[in-house]
Amino acid sequence: MAEAVDYQVLGTRPVRPDGVDKVTGRAQFGADQNLPNMLHGKILRSPHAHARIKRVDLSKALAMDGVCAAVTGADFPTVASGVSIGEAGGDVMDIAHNVMARDKALYHGHAVAAVAATSLEIAEQALDAIDVEYEVLPPVLDVLQAMAPAAPLLDENCFTKNLPEKPDKPSNVASVMALSRGDVEAGFEQADLVVEGEYRIPMAHQGYIEPHACTATVNEEGKATVWCCTQGQFDFRTAIAKILDWKVGDMKVVPSEIGGGFGGKTVVYLEPVAVLLSQRAGRPVKMVMSREEVFRATGPTSGTVCRVKVGAKQNGRITAAKAWLAYESGAFPGAPVGPGAMSIFAPYDLENFLVEGHEVRVNKPKVAAYRAPGAPQSMHAMEVALDDLARQLNMDPLDLRMVNAADEGTQAPYGPKFPAIGFKACIEAAKKHPNYTAPLLEGAGRGVAAGFWFNVGMQSSAEVRLNEDGTVIVMEGNPDIGGSRASMSLMAAETLGVPYEQVKTYVGDTESTGFCNLTGGSRTTFATGMAVVRACEDIIAQCRSRAAATWGVDEEQVEWRDGQAVPAPGVNADVNPLSLADLAAGAPRTGGPILGRASLNAQGAGASFSVNFTDLKVDQETGAVEVLSFTAVQDAGKAIHPAYVEGQMQGGAAQGLGWALNEEYIYDADGVMENAGFLDYRVPVASDLPMIDTEIVEVRNPSHPYGVRGVGETPIVAPLAATANAVRDAIGIRINDLPLSPPRILAALGGE
Amino acid sequence: MGEFAYVAPTSVADAIDVLQEHARSGRRVQALAGGTDLLVQLRGVDKAPRTIVDVKKIEETNRLDIGSDEIYIGAAIPSALLNENAELKALLPGLVEAADLIGSSQIQGRATLGGNLCNASPAADTTPAMIANRGVCVIASGGGSREMPVEAFCTGVGVNALAADEFLLGLKFPRPPARTGDAYLRFIPRTEMDIAVAGCGVSLTLDDTGVCTAARVGIGAVAPTPLRVDAAAEALLGTGVGDAALAAAGVACTAASSPISDKRGTVQYRRKVVAVLCRRAGAIARGRALGAA
Ligand SMILES: Cc1cc2nc3c(=O)[nH]c(=O)nc-3n(C[C@H](O)[C@H](O)[C@H](O)COP(=O)(O)OP(=O)(O)OC[C@H]3O[C@@H](n4cnc5c(N)ncnc54)[C@H](O)[C@@H]3O)c2cc1C
Repeated sequence: MAEAVDYQVLGTRPVRPDGVDKVTGRAQFGADQNLPNMLHGKILRSPHAHARIKRVDLSKALAMDGVCAAVTGADFPTVASGVSIGEAGGDVMDIAHNVMARDKALYHGHAVAAVAATSLEIAEQALDAIDVEYEVLPPVLDVLQAMAPAAPLLDENCFTKNLPEKPDKPSNVASVMALSRGDVEAGFEQADLVVEGEYRIPMAHQGYIEPHACTATVNEEGKATVWCCTQGQFDFRTAIAKILDWKVGDMKVVPSEIGGGFGGKTVVYLEPVAVLLSQRAGRPVKMVMSREEVFRATGPTSGTVCRVKVGAKQNGRITAAKAWLAYESGAFPGAPVGPGAMSIFAPYDLENFLVEGHEVRVNKPKVAAYRAPGAPQSMHAMEVALDDLARQLNMDPLDLRMVNAADEGTQAPYGPKFPAIGFKACIEAAKKHPNYTAPLLEGAGRGVAAGFWFNVGMQSSAEVRLNEDGTVIVMEGNPDIGGSRASMSLMAAETLGVPYEQVKTYVGDTESTGFCNLTGGSRTTFATGMAVVRACEDIIAQCRSRAAATWGVDEEQVEWRDGQAVPAPGVNADVNPLSLADLAAGAPRTGGPILGRASLNAQGAGASFSVNFTDLKVDQETGAVEVLSFTAVQDAGKAIHPAYVEGQMQGGAAQGLGWALNEEYIYDADGVMENAGFLDYRVPVASDLPMIDTEIVEVRNPSHPYGVRGVGETPIVAPLAATANAVRDAIGIRINDLPLSPPRILAALGGE
Repeated sequence: MGEFAYVAPTSVADAIDVLQEHARSGRRVQALAGGTDLLVQLRGVDKAPRTIVDVKKIEETNRLDIGSDEIYIGAAIPSALLNENAELKALLPGLVEAADLIGSSQIQGRATLGGNLCNASPAADTTPAMIANRGVCVIASGGGSREMPVEAFCTGVGVNALAADEFLLGLKFPRPPARTGDAYLRFIPRTEMDIAVAGCGVSLTLDDTGVCTAARVGIGAVAPTPLRVDAAAEALLGTGVGDAALAAAGVACTAASSPISDKRGTVQYRRKVVAVLCRRAGAIARGRALGAA
């Protein structure tokens, strides 16, 4: 459990540095960048889910007054396959072809051409003037249908990867993978009972409130600047440069404030198009998506079919577990079936298991990362099966998980042995939680599920600058989507030994700060936080040496305590301590400005486990679900800013409940999404949700100076199964598929 | 292509002039009340230029009278004003609740009963409640004025009975007699900010022994237009509005419905739920009628 460490500022809840500007409307988001002489860009999108593009004629559009540039796929350079970019962005060629279709439109809404004009209205009229000849092909929309041998093919050059032998026929199955240990069939033979099921979940969108937006300008020297809302300015720079065959050094990307990303803003859509249009027109070009475009052409996460079989002894010990996963990747490869397969059994200590994963192309938008990409779907299947198992064993569902729980030293299904992890601590905390010991309301149901996410480290840089008055500036390169500036400031203040208010953290553009991989994989507080701590240690080392020079002693004779340089114990020097402000003021005489730096490729991101449970009521006549309470317990390692850790947990629960209850992509037979707006793509509104109760567990991550584990993704994993299990408890009937919308529940209740 | 124009006539005659002039010249014209449907449509589905005739500057559209026989609600009165009117709320609580379901506080500062009706959405929330309360449309037209029951006003999805030279002035309701209660319920998958999957309004009058002497039932979102369901009313008449009568009324609503399956609900689901809403709204209306005795 948590060591008793006394921190000065870590664990406090100060106001976030970007808060006032956000609530007063001063903060600049993606669509807020305007430049003199700016043009407006718009994308022409395919009206067909699957079609060969025979001809695109821009001449009428280009002849219109006010139209300054127009491009099609033919105007983009040829991009070779092979380089992978982004958290789940996939292959650069696929991203390039998603940004602008070449010879085939692969989903309804796929970009086919773009224009830039002096006004938005003219740009929209110009789209109508573009003449495209399509050869309409039959679409394939369902993952199982797409896997069938006779299914229409999206790509004649797609041969299933990772098969023992290279297949001789192309397929919509982009790749397969498997993970196994032990002897599964022998494990099932040892089992006293076996549960199994097939579970389907349709595509769901991240639902960030801010649509994608960017402004690009290319100057006469061929240098581009792109302002955009992004989870990673550096990864965007790489992607834009690769897609346009530019030099990275000729491209500057400036991140705006970001109105939500959840993984969906890790990939480029508009940015390369805006740069190309600006280059052609010689003027800045701004592009902003409508909400409809966001739904039709960005995001979502995979629709899935997962089959799970679990065998156990009477005492609850699992003897074998088997899973078969098929994930829609949308129009291009890139489904998170790998992480789905690696996470499905991660909370449990299993001797025998087998997971087979399939990544399948369908005529729907290319999937993008969504918090813990791949895990919610596969773990929904496992956690629902475990709930059925607990019922049959007549065991408390938390006890069943405890009997099988992974712990320090357990070999994770995906390879390494876990260092200290907090899964058992989460189960214990849940079991003791007043919401769990409280009796269930008459007619209500309670459901339990576990969650997990690996978290990642990756590359980060940070620079810490000492101002002449002793205040501190932290410069780093991770767009702040969850309060990370506050966390950076807290870690810097703690390390330096100064008050939080003395430190301000800024997110730099690609030319004002060192390289950072994108804000994703729950890495920022962990990895960039580590860089900030190291950069502060660099400052401290320099301060000690400046103090030593001032005092005429050796560096080893100076210690850093409570934000001051002091003589080490036993050092005989009759001097006053030097504060950061003193050292900053004296810097001109001791060697110039004081600047700390660190860059690293962080290793040892600690996995974060969770346990969620919820109480809900089902209206037996309408199938409507009322969520009465929701409790999220999660291991944060060390909660640097507990309010933002709780915010992550609550936000993940809200999104997970929406996904479980109402959210889904609804398609007609032609592959046109029918609910491309927030009216019918039903994310929860505030009144749909109870206050989400949270409990932070702190099992230190040994790899981080303050014990931090990433917390941003795990929260969305458990709510799907927790909700499904609570509905099962309330109505006495198991519904395998999501969402648990009123019509689906009522149909299960037999009310037709 | 025409141009956008905005006019705000201050009399019925001036408004009719504008409508007639456009009808003659074949130019497009459209009435504007709160704009909570119209402005959304102008920004999305139908951006074509037209003349917008604001009906909010006319005396007759701004009146809200509660008379001894009749209640008149002008076509420019926003939901928020209905909700703030204690007398109206006591007389027609179900109608006011229906208006209170529309959007959010901000929307209700503008949204009108008239706009909800004229927009002719099958799922309009106040229309079934108006039907249940025997609402009558007061229509200003080139030839003077005419009246029509609410249930006859919508003629199809997004189409109403107004001629080119007509607009809605207001809505009339008979003042409910003693021991009358009304209620409106809708089903949406969320708790707010959603469109009805099914809706049902019920108005009941009971005699002093609790027997139903008058009943009206209106349903929404289960047919191309909101409907009056006489068979449901008949199932309640002469009964004490107990479970069996309410169930029979619900069955009648299901029978009267002809819904479609779409992204908001299936045929089976809507047919089932409209009966549930009828039973529940009927029980609330009965409670109100008894309370009002
Ligand atoms: C966020 C939001 C939530 C909403 N929620 C709901 C809801 O829960 N339930 C619901 O039923 N509706 C809802 N609506 C739709 C809308 O608010 C209602 O239909 C409202 O009552 C429309 O009234 P209005 O005065 O704003 O109409 P307007 O937008 O002004 O007009 C609507 C239509 O009626 C015509 N019209 C208006 N007045 C007259 C007149 N006097 N004579 C002739 N024609 C006229 C207009 O030309 C237009 O075609 C919502 C809208 C929004 C934006």
